[in-house]
Amino acid sequence: MLRIEYLYALIAALLACTALFNLRERRFAMAAFWVILAAPFALGDTILAAARDGLAWPSQAAGIGVIALGLLAAGGRLGSEPDTAEAAAERRAAARRLGNRLFWPALSIPVLTLALFFGGGHLGWNGRPLLDPKALTLSALAIASLIALGAALRVTRAPPLQALGEGRRLVDALGWAILLPMVLATLGGVFAATGVGEAVAELIGMVIPTGNRIACLLAFAFGMVFFTVIMGNAFAAFPVMMAGIGLPLLIRQHGADPALLGAVGMLTGYCGTLLTPMAANFNIVPAVLLELPDQHAVIRAQIGTALPLLAFNIALMAWLVFR
Amino acid sequence: MIPSTAVNYWPLLGVAIVVAGFALRRNPVLVVIVAGLVSGLAAGFGPGELLALLGTAFIENRALLMFLLTLPAVGLLERYGLRERARDWIAGFRRMNLARFQIAYLAVRQLTSMAGLTHVAGHAQTVRPLAAPMSEAAAERELGPLSPAERDRVRATTAATDNIGLFFGEDVFVAIGAVLLIQGFFARNGIVLEPLTIALWALPTALAAFAIHALRLWLFRRALLRSRSTQAAADAAD
Repeated sequence: MLRIEYLYALIAALLACTALFNLRERRFAMAAFWVILAAPFALGDTILAAARDGLAWPSQAAGIGVIALGLLAAGGRLGSEPDTAEAAAERRAAARRLGNRLFWPALSIPVLTLALFFGGGHLGWNGRPLLDPKALTLSALAIASLIALGAALRVTRAPPLQALGEGRRLVDALGWAILLPMVLATLGGVFAATGVGEAVAELIGMVIPTGNRIACLLAFAFGMVFFTVIMGNAFAAFPVMMAGIGLPLLIRQHGADPALLGAVGMLTGYCGTLLTPMAANFNIVPAVLLELPDQHAVIRAQIGTALPLLAFNIALMAWLVFR
Repeated sequence: MIPSTAVNYWPLLGVAIVVAGFALRRNPVLVVIVAGLVSGLAAGFGPGELLALLGTAFIENRALLMFLLTLPAVGLLERYGLRERARDWIAGFRRMNLARFQIAYLAVRQLTSMAGLTHVAGHAQTVRPLAAPMSEAAAERELGPLSPAERDRVRATTAATDNIGLFFGEDVFVAIGAVLLIQGFFARNGIVLEPLTIALWALPTALAAFAIHALRLWLFRRALLRSRSTQAAADAAD
């Protein structure tokens, strides 16, 4: 079976190459950053297995690595090399020469991801599945990317090493923003382990009038938004707000419909996801990828949709949830 | 709810650090790591325990960087003019404009997410190489060359459209994280629900999200056109 770990090893290789390019250009801090980040991708399973067997030092070393990444990130800069007129002219010439053939490799990423998602479960060898069934979409995306790379090399007739160089250019341009989704998810894990959620739910529970069902509903809805904004993830907010307010007050005391409260409550949290820099992979990484000078430009473009939708969700719950 | 004395409020310091760090525009990565460390120490974790928690939580979230594997192909195609070609292609449609293109992208993104295909599109794999340059070209059909500020707003709106399509489509799909998380939470608390009933209640919000965002995309195009025409009038008056 093509285990997901093999794909992580490929990511480690890409990060290590990026480090090598930086080392050759004597940008030592960036080289160190990419080498340290490559380690959890190359050795992740070994480290997790050791932690399960009660051996603590490998995961502690990984923890020190995370802190080192944070310190290197704080000194690093973001942004890509400025575009030159020469490069732009070259791209236009290549675009004219290659025409619509350029689209096929690019479109093969979504199309093959789709095909592998539906068909990949049936691929197998000696009765064993080819793709990891627990990580089917991610495996599909990774394999589609590799096939697309092959197709891109064929269409452009570029030397394979140039593909690494171009990948490195984009990885370097993302810089520390690459790390943000992972450290935020890590923070979610730390917050969960230290009981931050319970403390917030306790505080909210102390200030709302529990006999008034609309007050409870508003506390639940704004609690979902607030907690999602803090954690960057509605999945982290949901169990906390449900256990703190939704289940004991809205469902048990006021008879709210659990299916509706659960579904719309989660989507109310998603409105918070549109508003927060903590949801870095959706809000900050694209700003860097699209070379926007304002890191919060994507959030600004989302506020006007998030707030009316939040009002819609609250109205929907107030109207139907207690029936 | 009766406040219990067992709850330790000190880990909330981590939340305060996150808020303060973002407000002061410190490097977000460092802010988040410091917040995690403070929260852990306040909860009474030992240094060794805390480092191990940090390390394992980081490794368990590796899947978030799978999109890096798309970058060599995307980068190579860009160097050979993919974005320029995407622009020219969209510019060839006579009835295409910014709002039509972006609303169509929103619909496709939302429908594919509803089918569980959340990784089919995304900021690295489709927005940067295809959707953003196509949006710019669709806007330039009506406006001519965009100013840097206009171009950045068009790009940011395209990224926002991708997010909104993804978020408010995926909850309608029964076999994906959100629905199963909701069902699992209730099951642990003695309430048995069919995933389908949860997914169906996500439909009204999905429709509202499409309607609100499509309206905003339509207004965005109109605002761009209007600012150009007032500018032209001002230039003519000079």
